[in-house]
Amino acid sequence: MSDLKLALINLVYLVAASLFIMGLKKLGSPVTARGGNQLSAVGMLIAIVATLFYQQILNPVEMIVGLLIGAVIGLYLAKTVKMTGMPEMVALLNASGGVASSLVAVAEVERYASIGQGIPPLDTFIVILTILIGTVTFSGSIIAWGKLSTKMSGNPILFPGIRVLTLLMFLGVVGCLVYMYQGMATFTVDQTPVLYAAILANVFAFALGILLVIPIGGADMPVVIALFNSYSGLAGAASGFLIKNDALIIAGALVGASGIILTKVMCDAMNRSWLNVLLGGFGGDSAATGSRDFSQATVKQTTADDAAILMSYAQKVIVVPGYGLAVSQAQHQVRELADLLHEKGVEVKFAIHPVAGRMPGHMNVLLAEANVSYDLLVDMDDINPEFEQTDVVLIVGANDVVNPAAKNDPSSPIYGMPILDVDKAKNTIVMKRSMKAGYAGIENELFFSPKNAMLFGDAKATLSALISEVKAV
Amino acid sequence: MELNGLVTLIVVFTLASFVGKELIGKVPTMLHTPLTSGANAVSGITVIGALIATGMVSSPITKWIGFAALIFAMINVVGGYMVTDRMLEMFKKKED
Repeated sequence: MSDLKLALINLVYLVAASLFIMGLKKLGSPVTARGGNQLSAVGMLIAIVATLFYQQILNPVEMIVGLLIGAVIGLYLAKTVKMTGMPEMVALLNASGGVASSLVAVAEVERYASIGQGIPPLDTFIVILTILIGTVTFSGSIIAWGKLSTKMSGNPILFPGIRVLTLLMFLGVVGCLVYMYQGMATFTVDQTPVLYAAILANVFAFALGILLVIPIGGADMPVVIALFNSYSGLAGAASGFLIKNDALIIAGALVGASGIILTKVMCDAMNRSWLNVLLGGFGGDSAATGSRDFSQATVKQTTADDAAILMSYAQKVIVVPGYGLAVSQAQHQVRELADLLHEKGVEVKFAIHPVAGRMPGHMNVLLAEANVSYDLLVDMDDINPEFEQTDVVLIVGANDVVNPAAKNDPSSPIYGMPILDVDKAKNTIVMKRSMKAGYAGIENELFFSPKNAMLFGDAKATLSALISEVKAV
Repeated sequence: MELNGLVTLIVVFTLASFVGKELIGKVPTMLHTPLTSGANAVSGITVIGALIATGMVSSPITKWIGFAALIFAMINVVGGYMVTDRMLEMFKKKED
């Protein structure tokens, strides 16, 4: 290939990378976000088309068929996934990105082996790095998918020696690196053992990914998928080092940064360190722990018609949607209730805690799907000063994120976790199935507050009852 | 790979990481789920490596490994962009 053609194609890759960056910038506002995503997709299309001009094409049929099969599967997944199933979808996409990078690395080893050449030493290192990150992302994401989709138990799986075994798998990958490195001198003609070492590295990395994720509880999977999102980008960047392509490196670095930041957002919102999450053993169906005794405390109960009257005559109502809302699929009911109150002249807003829903930003998507205007969805930091002037806070299926113990009980396991200050409002109504404790397994003193009333029952049925009562007021 | 070539690539990677950190810090938490799935699509850029392995290398084994990589990478690209578009389309501001 001529130098000029190579230079041109690399410039086209630069255009693609620039479009990724511009697309990401447009994600800064919901007004421009959709256009940004489309811009990024155009960048990807340009990169793919440019690659088709890269070198002499030997196997056009395989290229087209491969592109088509992947596109059809991707399209099918994107069109059929339910919005509540987005964490599972992201887990699958992480897995697929990881394995694609690993396969590219193995193909590169095979390419060298097939021409009887040794791999340059630096490339050996990058091959193993790509396989390590890519394949750990692959198998780890599949376990995360299993836990998220409840195909497997969400309980942390720990057994004696798991840490040692995990370390051994990692050392196995390192061993493959050393072997391949040595192999460059030894196997001058036949490079097949090097290829086998690369495949063996994949086996070790596959086991490593499983061992890293099984000890982590199902409730912590959102952190895991954010982290693997980052890894899938880093694996792409690593494969970019291997084939010396700037577009792969830039795109991979962007995704790597995104995943790391989201991991940090999730950890901060749960008041956990990432190390604490990754070491696992937390967030299964573990027994309740509480520092205070609430057995003597009483809770006030309310009915749908009383709650409807309270809200209908309020000036300002804030809805706090939680995981329970998503579980009972009551997003449409909550939107209908908000619309009705709005028609009665009540100001209604939604307070979104960073860990509401099943992954970062998930609750916003679920409410947007139910046609809630996005300017009514307010982040924790922005809504917290507003609770003092709020007449009624309706808490639907949220628990730990409104527990005042996070602020005033230093012995509580969630002490220090940022929460929504609903206890500052004039009245709170908690919609809940029962008095069962939340994800952290602790009692919520908000329930026993004289300003609070409990509205027991299934979220969807209770919201429907509220809707008809509000209509009747 | 030459050491100097590697350093150039590391420079590109580092600068891109800083750009990514700046831009993603400005994405509102409201859009974090579409950001994640959109990032999945971008990480499908591995499709370039997969295309080269599938279509432009003479070894038949490389071709089939590349073919598998190509399918997975395209699942990321198409699945990621389409599902992100589906989500972002729903973010609407209702006029009063």
